[in-house]
Amino acid sequence: MPKKVLHQFKVEFLQILDEAGRVDRDLWSGVDKKDEKEVKGFYEAMLLIRTFDEKALNLQREGRLGTYASVQGQEATQVGAVAALRPSDWVFPAFREPGVSLLRGLPMRMIYQYWSGDERGSAIPEEQHDFPIAIPVGTHIPQAVGAAWAAQFKNDPVAVVTFFGDGATSKGDFHEGLNFAGVFRLPIVFICQNNHWAISVPLSRQTASATLAQKAIAYGFEGIQVDGNDVFAVHTAVKQALDKARSGGGPTFIECFTYRLSDHTTADDASRYRSPQEVTAWRKKDPLIRLRAFIAQEYGWSESDEQAARRQAQERVAAAVHEFESVSPLNPEGMFDFLFAHPTPDLLRQKERLLKKLKKEKE
Amino acid sequence: MSKLNLVQAINQALRHEMERNPNMVLLGEDIGRDGGVFRVTEGLVDQFGDRRVVDTPLSESGIVGVAIGMAAYGLTPVVEIQFMGFLYAAMEQLISHAARLRTRTRGRYTCPLVVRTPYGGGIHAPEHHSESTEAYFVHTPGLKVVVPSTPAEAKGLLLSSLRDPDPVLFLEPAKIYRAIKEEVPEEEYLIPLGEARLVAEGKDVTLIAWGAMLHPTLKAADRMAEKGIEAEVIDLRTLSPLDSATIIRSVEKTGRAVIIHEAPQTCGLGAEIAARLCEEALLSLEAPIARVTGFDTPIPLPKTEKYYLPDVDQIVEAAEQVVGF
Ligand SMILES: Cc1ncc(C[n+]2csc(CCOP(=O)(O)OP(=O)(O)O)c2C)c(N)n1
Repeated sequence: MPKKVLHQFKVEFLQILDEAGRVDRDLWSGVDKKDEKEVKGFYEAMLLIRTFDEKALNLQREGRLGTYASVQGQEATQVGAVAALRPSDWVFPAFREPGVSLLRGLPMRMIYQYWSGDERGSAIPEEQHDFPIAIPVGTHIPQAVGAAWAAQFKNDPVAVVTFFGDGATSKGDFHEGLNFAGVFRLPIVFICQNNHWAISVPLSRQTASATLAQKAIAYGFEGIQVDGNDVFAVHTAVKQALDKARSGGGPTFIECFTYRLSDHTTADDASRYRSPQEVTAWRKKDPLIRLRAFIAQEYGWSESDEQAARRQAQERVAAAVHEFESVSPLNPEGMFDFLFAHPTPDLLRQKERLLKKLKKEKE
Repeated sequence: MSKLNLVQAINQALRHEMERNPNMVLLGEDIGRDGGVFRVTEGLVDQFGDRRVVDTPLSESGIVGVAIGMAAYGLTPVVEIQFMGFLYAAMEQLISHAARLRTRTRGRYTCPLVVRTPYGGGIHAPEHHSESTEAYFVHTPGLKVVVPSTPAEAKGLLLSSLRDPDPVLFLEPAKIYRAIKEEVPEEEYLIPLGEARLVAEGKDVTLIAWGAMLHPTLKAADRMAEKGIEAEVIDLRTLSPLDSATIIRSVEKTGRAVIIHEAPQTCGLGAEIAARLCEEALLSLEAPIARVTGFDTPIPLPKTEKYYLPDVDQIVEAAEQVVGF
C-alpha cells in the first residue's frame, strides 16, 4: 500500500517595512494604524522605550538600579503588539517587556522602582489588566491561557496576550499552555520575541525546528513568523490574531523575529559568546532606524522633528527618574503585608519582631 | 596549595573529577562558552569539549529528567541549575524519580546524579534568585542535600557527592561564592557526607548553622567570647543525612542550642533539629532551644532584603538569652 500524505503545512513570514525603511505598498494598504499621527506615534513610542532603556543601563552602572534586562532592538515588537490591544485585554509579560508595561500605562517610575529592588514597583494599577512580570522563564504561559479560558467562560469580549522569549519555548510550560489553548480554542495570542539568544545559548540550541512559528501547528492552531523589527508587521499580525481570538477563532502563535542588541542583563557580558559581526549586522536592522527612514520619506520627518522627539522622551524619562528617586523609603515591615488577606498569628509575631528591631536601630 | 574562592574550588573539583571519570558529563544552561552565570564551569568546555560540558535547552525539568536516564545508564551526570528558584520546575523529576529510583526498582536501577545550584540571599538579586528552601528537599526521602560553607569544604564535599551512588543536591551559597578565599589543597580529598564539622569548641552554648549563615554565626561567637561566653559552633555540611550524633553530643555538653538559618522559620530545618534535641537530649537542656531564622515570607527584593536575613546581632541576642535563661 503506498504511503499517503495526511497533512501538509506552511509557515508564513510577514514583513511590511524593510531594513531601508521601504514599505510593501500592497501590504501597507492593509495596515490598521497608518495615518501620519499614528505612525509618528509608533516612532515616538519606540524612542521613548529606547530612551527609558538607555537610562536604566546608566542608572545600573551608577549603582542606582539593580540587575536590569535591557530591551534594545525589540521595541517594534512591543509597540506593534500593544497598539493592537484594548485596555480591557489582559497581558502576561515575561521580564524583557518594559516597553509593554510602559505603553499599557504602568508609570515609568514604577518600572525603575521594581528594578531597583523596591517591591512597590510591582503594584499593578487597579485599572490595568496586566500580570506582574515572570522571572522564572515561561511559567506565566499556562497562567495566561487560564485567564483566556476564564474570559471565554464568562463570555467577556476580551483577549489575552502573553510575551516570552525563544528560550521559553523549551519549557514544558510552553507546551502545556499551547496545548490547552488549542484544545479549548481559547482567545489568546502567544507572542514569542525570538531574539536569538537565551543568555549565551543560541536558538539552534533551543530547537531543531526551522521556525518557532511552526510549533503552533502541532497544537492545532496557526503560527506565523513576522519581522519583529517591523512595527507594521507585528501590529498587523497581532491585530488580526486578536480579532480572531475575540470572535471565537481560537489562539494564534506569533514568532517575532528580532534581536537583543544589548547584553542579556547588566550582569551579563555578551561578548563572551557572540560575535561583534553578528551584532553589527543586526544593528543595521534596528527597528528605530528603519521606521525613522520611513517617516522621513513619507511625511518629511526632519532633523528638528527628531530632536524635538528625543528631547520629549528625555524629559519624560528624567521626570520619571526624579519621581523614582524621590519616593519615600520602603518600609521593611511591608514584607508581611501582602502574603495573605489576613495575616497569620505567626506573621504578626514575626512582624512585631522586625518592628522592634527597626525601632532599636533608629535609637 | 593555592588560595581559592568557592567558585574556583568547585571548578577545581569538577575538573579533577572529569579528568578521573570519563563518563562524567555536565549539563546546564550557559555552562559552556559562558562558563555558567556565576562562572563556576569556566574553562571546562575548552578542556573537555561540548559533548561533556553541554549547554542544554532552557528546560529544568528536561535537564534533570535526562540526567536521571543518563545516570541509570551508567554516566555520571552533573546538573547545574542557575538558581534554586528555577529548580522547582524539576521537582517532579527529582522527588518522584531521582530520589526513588533505587527504592522503586529494589536496587536494580540507581541514580548517581549531582544537581548543583546556587542558593540563598544576600546577593541583591531579582525575584526568585535568593531562595533558601532546602527543607523541601531534605523532606524528600532518597535525596542527599549538601551545603558547603567554605572553599576547601566545598571541594571535599563536592568530590564525595560526585562519587556518591545516590542523587545529591549540592547547594552553593551564592553570597559567599567570592567573598571568602582560603587555601585549598590541589590534590584530591574527600569529606564524607553525613558528618557535621565542629568549627569551634565551647562549653556554654551550641550554635548550629550551615552555608553562608556559618559566617555571621562565627562572628557572633567571637563577639560573645569577648563577653566571656564560650560558644561551640557546628557547621552541618550535610543537611540530609543529618548528623544528629554530633549535634546531640555538643548539646549534652553545653546544655543550650541556637539554630541559625536564613530559610523561613516554619518547617525549616531548625524545627527538625530542635525536635531531635527534644527527643534525645531533653534532660541535658538548660534552656529552650532558640531559632534565628528568616521570616515566613518570600525573601524581599534587594532594598529590604537585609531585614529578612539573620544577622550577627540577632544571633548574639538569641544566644545570650539562651545562656541567661
Ligand atoms: C526557569 C528559569 N530558568 C533559568 C532562568 C535564568 N534565565 C533568565 S533569562 C534566561 C534566558 C531566557 O531566554 P529567552 O526565553 O529567550 O528570553 P530572553 O532573555 O532572550 O528575552 C535564563 C536562562 C530563569 N529566569 N528561569
